[in-house]
Amino acid sequence: MTESMWRNVVRHHLFWPAAILVTLLLVNLPFTPGFFAIHVRNGHLYGSLVSILIFGTPLILVAIGMTLVIATGGIDLSVGAVMAIAGAIACWYIDRQSDQSSVVGVLVAVVLALAACSVLGLWNGFLVARIGVQPIIATLILMVAGRGIAQLITGGFIITVQSKPYSTIGGYIWVVPTGVLIAAVAVTSMATLTRRTALGLLVESVGGNAEASRLAGIRSRRIKIIVYVLCAVFAGIAGLMNSSNLSNADANNAGLWIELDAILAVVIGGTPLTGGRFSIGGTVLGALILQTLKTTIFTIGIPSQANMVFEAAVVITVCLIQSPAFRARVMAPFRRRRPPPPATPVRVETTETPAEVAS
Amino acid sequence: MTTISARPTIARAGRLVRDRRLPVVVTATLFAVMFGYGSYRYSFDAQVGPNLLVNNGYLVIAAVGATFVILAGGIDLSIGSVIGFSGMLFAELVMRAHLPVPLAALVVLVTGCAGGALMGCMIHFFNVQPFIATLTGLFLFRGLSLVLSKAAISVRAPMVDSLAQYHLPLLSDTFLSTGAIVAILVALVAAYVLHLTPFGRRVYAIGGNEQSAMLMGLPVGRTKITLYAISGTCSALAGLVFVLYIQSGDPLHGIGMELDAIAAVVIGGTLLTGGAGYVLGSVLGVLVLGLIKTMISAEGTLSSWWIKIFTGVLVLIFILLQRVIAVRRA
Repeated sequence: MTESMWRNVVRHHLFWPAAILVTLLLVNLPFTPGFFAIHVRNGHLYGSLVSILIFGTPLILVAIGMTLVIATGGIDLSVGAVMAIAGAIACWYIDRQSDQSSVVGVLVAVVLALAACSVLGLWNGFLVARIGVQPIIATLILMVAGRGIAQLITGGFIITVQSKPYSTIGGYIWVVPTGVLIAAVAVTSMATLTRRTALGLLVESVGGNAEASRLAGIRSRRIKIIVYVLCAVFAGIAGLMNSSNLSNADANNAGLWIELDAILAVVIGGTPLTGGRFSIGGTVLGALILQTLKTTIFTIGIPSQANMVFEAAVVITVCLIQSPAFRARVMAPFRRRRPPPPATPVRVETTETPAEVAS
Repeated sequence: MTTISARPTIARAGRLVRDRRLPVVVTATLFAVMFGYGSYRYSFDAQVGPNLLVNNGYLVIAAVGATFVILAGGIDLSIGSVIGFSGMLFAELVMRAHLPVPLAALVVLVTGCAGGALMGCMIHFFNVQPFIATLTGLFLFRGLSLVLSKAAISVRAPMVDSLAQYHLPLLSDTFLSTGAIVAILVALVAAYVLHLTPFGRRVYAIGGNEQSAMLMGLPVGRTKITLYAISGTCSALAGLVFVLYIQSGDPLHGIGMELDAIAAVVIGGTLLTGGAGYVLGSVLGVLVLGLIKTMISAEGTLSSWWIKIFTGVLVLIFILLQRVIAVRRA
């Protein structure tokens, strides 16, 4: 009974990501004594876990959008560029206002930026779903050209704004960081939208086989366009957070390489790049794993220049652990000790042994 | 009568569209038109042509390596990082470990080759997607070059200096640098291997349909691992040529260069799904990208970000062209 329950837990799709996250968090404990403590300081929530959440929110948002795109069998490389464009548009608009702190002006800036992002998402979706361009290339176009567009908007400068309402997006509402609130709303709404309505099923069906879904009466193209628009809008929100947090728009560095982190978060969370299946919860865990990893690297005192090597090593390990082929190979010696199931013919056993000896 | 006379033209047009060489011809025409327009508008001198190779030799080598992997339906995102790492490793070996230059270069090439082969093994044996496997390569090699040194190391060795300053004179006062010569040689060897050897045919077969290639009994695994090793070696060589070009190793060199290489391959008409394309196309793709840079700097009033926008637009045009061809073929 307990054994079967244990097996069910291990087989759950969130088990491996959750186990990795918990391990990473525990690794921090001996190095930072109060690692799990959370207090309120200066009216703000404060603590290591809170900072992991705060710094992780843009990645969580981008990765959720990416999950849906990957679930349809696509990929979106342009999220970093879209983030830069969102920040650039918002700061450009606020910078032109006579009163930078006017709430209306900031709201208009946010709406403008997000509207522009949905247009960019539509463009990606149009290329993928209507023209039939491979997703990796369709979005590569915007990845390359998008940064150019963002620089065009900022005129090649870093636009700095001093706007109280704008900095709230990346700051605090009462004691809670705004970003965490936005991410929580985004995660719950997307989880509800995909799991309580048919959208999730449709997305998985399109990812499994777009043509078969179309023949079954699903508007595959429309679903694909929707996920690219959602992904771009989420990236836009992340871009606004990022730019509001720094009170500037840096077309060159905003969201640089976040597409790679987001794709990693999705893969670590257990969504296969081939599409047809996805897990929002897994993606959130994946994003938190990446952010915790970055924190861990600092707390356990790995020299800063070795950051990326360490990160790469962990990511390679995680990818290998998740690869069924690798697990089968590593677990093979342990499996052999068990008595063979009665259905297995003996001949197979004998032919396998010499090969094993030879290797 | 009209139908009969119309038929050959339609057939000819169909044959033209179905011809796999069409994208390369389009790229070559585009290059010629751009070059012609540039010569007329900015009155290019004779050295501008050879300079495209002199200034972009490293990218030609990297793009040729990417062509191998993309032809087989894979992708290599680690190119830029390997270029940066190779430059750093070379600088470190020559300047700090005082190794002779040829030995240092050999070590760099072997490291690049081994790195590529490792990624190939991850992809083949453990079914990790090429995108993810080479993405970890991107992180790993960028990280390793930061571990070697956080600051740039300038490379000052007599042999490196003489190689960097060597100019092969051509007609009417023009010249090619060592990097450009290496790039041309690499492209020639790659074209020979891909188009005239059994290994090359295997690459196209795997890119066309991996399943069929396996059922035909082709050694798919070995070929794929070799491909990534070739791409790693090409990136390492590109890194060495880059060191010759700027005479220093910097842990931040080559960031995003994989995108330039992939864009060049696409502009050169290679299908990203694999199975169709030419080395010549990728070389032309790099030259077109180089020409954009040259023209924008010659214009003077246009800012540097237009390079990115033009590159994006060009990639878009060629993707749409590929789609038109694919639809016509089906």
